[in-house]
Amino acid sequence: MADIATIDAAAAPLSDEAARATQRLHRAIMIGLAVALVIAPFVAYPVFVMKVLCFALFALAFNLLLGYGGLLSFGHAAYFGMASYVCAYVAKNWGLTPELSILLGTVVAAGLGALFGALAIRRQGIYFAMITLALAQMVFFFSLQTPRFTGGEDGIQAVPRGRLFGVIDLADDRTLYWLVAAIFMAGLLAIYRIIHSPFGQVCKAIRDNEPRAISLGYRANQYKLAVFVLSAALAGLAGSTKAIVFQLASLTDVHWSMSGEVVLMTLVGGLGTVFGPIAGAIVIVSMQNYLASLGAWVTVVQGVIFVICVLTFREGIVGVISKWIKKPL
Amino acid sequence: MFELLGIPPQALFGQVLLGLINGSFYAILSLGLAVIFGLLNIINFSHGAQYMMGAFVAWMCLNYLGINYWAALLIAPLIVGVTGVAIERLLLKRIAHVDHLYGLLLTFGLALIIQGLFRNQYGSSGLPYQIPAELRGGQNLGFMFLPYYRGWVVVASLVVCLATWFLIEKTRLGAYLRAATENPTLTQAFGINVPLLVTLTYGFGVALAGFAGVLAAPIYSVNPNMGADLIIVVFAVVVIGGMGSILGAIVTGFSLGVIEGLTKVFYPEASATVIFIIMVLVLLVRPAGLFGRAA
Amino acid sequence: MKLKTFLTTTAFAALLAAPALAQQISIKAGVLNDRSGLYADLSGEGSVIAARMAVEDFKAADKGIKVEIVSADHQNKPDVGSTIARTWYDQDGVDLILDVPTSSVALAVHQITKEKNKIHINSGAASSDITGKLCTPNTVHWTYDTYALAQGTGGAMVKAGGDTWFFMTADYAFGHALERDTAAIVTKNGGKVLGAVRTPFPGTDFSSFLLQAQASKAKVIGLANAGGDTINSIKQAGEFGIVAGGQKLAGLLVFLTDVHSLGLATAQGLVLTESFYWDTNDQTRGWSERFAKANGGKKPTMVQAGVYSGMLHYLKAVEAAKSKDTAAVMAKMKELPTDDPLFGKGTVRADGRKMHDMYLFEVKKPAESKGPWDYYKQIAVLPAEQAFRPLADGDCPLVKK
Repeated sequence: MADIATIDAAAAPLSDEAARATQRLHRAIMIGLAVALVIAPFVAYPVFVMKVLCFALFALAFNLLLGYGGLLSFGHAAYFGMASYVCAYVAKNWGLTPELSILLGTVVAAGLGALFGALAIRRQGIYFAMITLALAQMVFFFSLQTPRFTGGEDGIQAVPRGRLFGVIDLADDRTLYWLVAAIFMAGLLAIYRIIHSPFGQVCKAIRDNEPRAISLGYRANQYKLAVFVLSAALAGLAGSTKAIVFQLASLTDVHWSMSGEVVLMTLVGGLGTVFGPIAGAIVIVSMQNYLASLGAWVTVVQGVIFVICVLTFREGIVGVISKWIKKPL
Repeated sequence: MFELLGIPPQALFGQVLLGLINGSFYAILSLGLAVIFGLLNIINFSHGAQYMMGAFVAWMCLNYLGINYWAALLIAPLIVGVTGVAIERLLLKRIAHVDHLYGLLLTFGLALIIQGLFRNQYGSSGLPYQIPAELRGGQNLGFMFLPYYRGWVVVASLVVCLATWFLIEKTRLGAYLRAATENPTLTQAFGINVPLLVTLTYGFGVALAGFAGVLAAPIYSVNPNMGADLIIVVFAVVVIGGMGSILGAIVTGFSLGVIEGLTKVFYPEASATVIFIIMVLVLLVRPAGLFGRAA
Repeated sequence: MKLKTFLTTTAFAALLAAPALAQQISIKAGVLNDRSGLYADLSGEGSVIAARMAVEDFKAADKGIKVEIVSADHQNKPDVGSTIARTWYDQDGVDLILDVPTSSVALAVHQITKEKNKIHINSGAASSDITGKLCTPNTVHWTYDTYALAQGTGGAMVKAGGDTWFFMTADYAFGHALERDTAAIVTKNGGKVLGAVRTPFPGTDFSSFLLQAQASKAKVIGLANAGGDTINSIKQAGEFGIVAGGQKLAGLLVFLTDVHSLGLATAQGLVLTESFYWDTNDQTRGWSERFAKANGGKKPTMVQAGVYSGMLHYLKAVEAAKSKDTAAVMAKMKELPTDDPLFGKGTVRADGRKMHDMYLFEVKKPAESKGPWDYYKQIAVLPAEQAFRPLADGDCPLVKK
């Protein structure tokens, strides 16, 4: 993954002073994001903003694996979708409160991630991508063939939003919005923390040069698996939240085209940048919304964006900005 | 007469034969992927879309130009191959120097574009394409009714697969190709035009997909999504076989078709997933794939 | 969300032409369906055209009703569909949503419509739960449902002598439901189900299952699947000489556009149930001709016809209620009999089920067809009362009281 690494390798030999400046910048962006989150529901339609946030979190999770683990998964829909099924199922059939449902969805996604991750990290690069895709397709067929659990092609409909902690009624879009915004911020901060922890540094070292990391005594596979599980869990968090927001879980969430979409978001926003996936999610989700009436052209436009990004815009939006201001974002 | 798990042996034999027919498609498609991967080191995600193009070109030949199936069997792969050459020259060439995963992403984008364009033009419900008159009807083999066309599919794909194998393993051109796969720089130094070889290889690989598309047109629904789901199964086939050898891709393709066919008799519910399950098992035992060289 | 907007009638015309009505009612109708995927041909833009034709034919403007029609693509994804529905209701002031094929999306829109207390007239979806255990006071299910399809094809085929059945069932909930409903009706009418096989969904190769069906020697092979699966299985059945061998194929969910895409040579002899066929009488022919002119020569499917008929009835109810208040309009829709050139006379039942006759068709041989789109010959008519599930059996909470 040499090419993907260049973006933040450019910023690697930073002095302490520069590192602190970067940290200050990141903190400022975080605060800016938080402010934007507070204003957003008064400016835009809250359901739309929530959708963007769910996908942004999903893309962030995916980017954790690709940008910092160097592993391109083409099957992230499996964790996203499975979590959304579990969350919807327990909220509807067991009557669990939303926070417990979301938690349970996340845990199941992490478990699935551990299982699939253990298999997939046996191969690298392109094989890894194909294996994750094939495994995710198995999850799709499982979801399709177990209507008792997933509702088959009808999905799990009319999931109750319920009461947060059994107290706060989430039926109102605005109230729910604060929960989603909080989950998103928590997810973002967690990812930021992971990337900048010693664990994250080792992951980057493995990504850049696996044999060397191994020779330094790191068990590369364990690190890879750990970052895979973390990524799956966060994708699951996003999927669970989406199930509560839209009050449904469906086959769309486990289909391979969903895996493709999250790759696209990350690519557009900027692979291996902290904030890129957020930008990518905003662009792609808005595009899908505004172009909804174009029908099949949406697919074509997405394909064209893919091609253009790969050919001429590999750094993505945030990657380009990062180059301008010569600071990692 | 003995029965195996409640299935009479004749029926079983029939199903094996049918499995072989499905395996033909897996074999041609995974062969194309393997050929492309060998030289370009990318996984051609648009392979499914190019397979679909093959079927559509056959349909267009018939409906716009009045070209029959037999001619389309030659023309359609040629046209798909030419578009492949254009794709390689205009797009893939530009990203040859960066990580090969970008090749996967680029071809994924191409697949979206191709499918979207065909959907806009022809809708999603599919187009009619008849079995050529010469191959209508069938033969009662005693244990099953074999439509002539199905028999033709097996024969045609076997011939194409073996011809490809021969071309790559036994001819001078194939030797250049194998040399370029091993060490492109050195091969170039010997005066062989490697970039041209790369372009032609990609064109040939997608032409194989186009050929499979024409074969499929009379028996499967000709619609823009026909390749999208198939390609994921073919990826699993490729992972199982490993991409080390041409013969490996062919053998794996046919045998997985048979296994899938048998699953349809014994436990049809699992027939959609059986190939993925085998993939998991192979990964556990032999991560490099059955015919693959260790990475 | 900026969605393509069609201004069908102008306010000017209404102001000039309708001095009798004191207040003007303005309505915004949303046609939500598949415009890019598998169902784009049978619903899609054609449904929008049909809705627009309903507004024209009703002469809404002359009656002081201003109608605006918006449309969007739900891509067969429930989350996309529900986002659009919410935005339409919350932000864009849409009063009713029409069409919505694909059961998963339909059920989502169905729930949101109830939550927001608006109106949903469904034409495209098949699930009989919409007027069954999930029924709401806000939805009318117009064109067909799985029960009626099973009743039509299952019941009528047995009566016509096809008394032994083998099912090829797509292995997902919809396929299972179709098989279950049809099998029940086959047995009830004295037929016998010899066996069934579950085919992976979505599937491309059905030859192995067709051989099993052939070996069963059943007189009728029931195809409990839809879309590409149906097309593939019919195509391959032709190849294995199933119909030529004397077995009949019964499509449990086949649309006119599917037959169009198969071609008569392949589809001939297929038996299926629909609630509308363009070539039924002078009125349907006349309307369909106008429709085809606006739709690039393609004849209407029953789903598109249902959108027209539903929109027309809604407008009548608005006129009668003199308001667009949901409760008042729904009450009028259920109170007034329906009458239009496409479905004839009918009613809307308390559970939201639109009642009309269903027809059993057989696909013509190529030699019998006089031209493009001349595909069906009618075998039987099922009166509405027989075709649709009896009110008491649906478990609809609105009915029990």
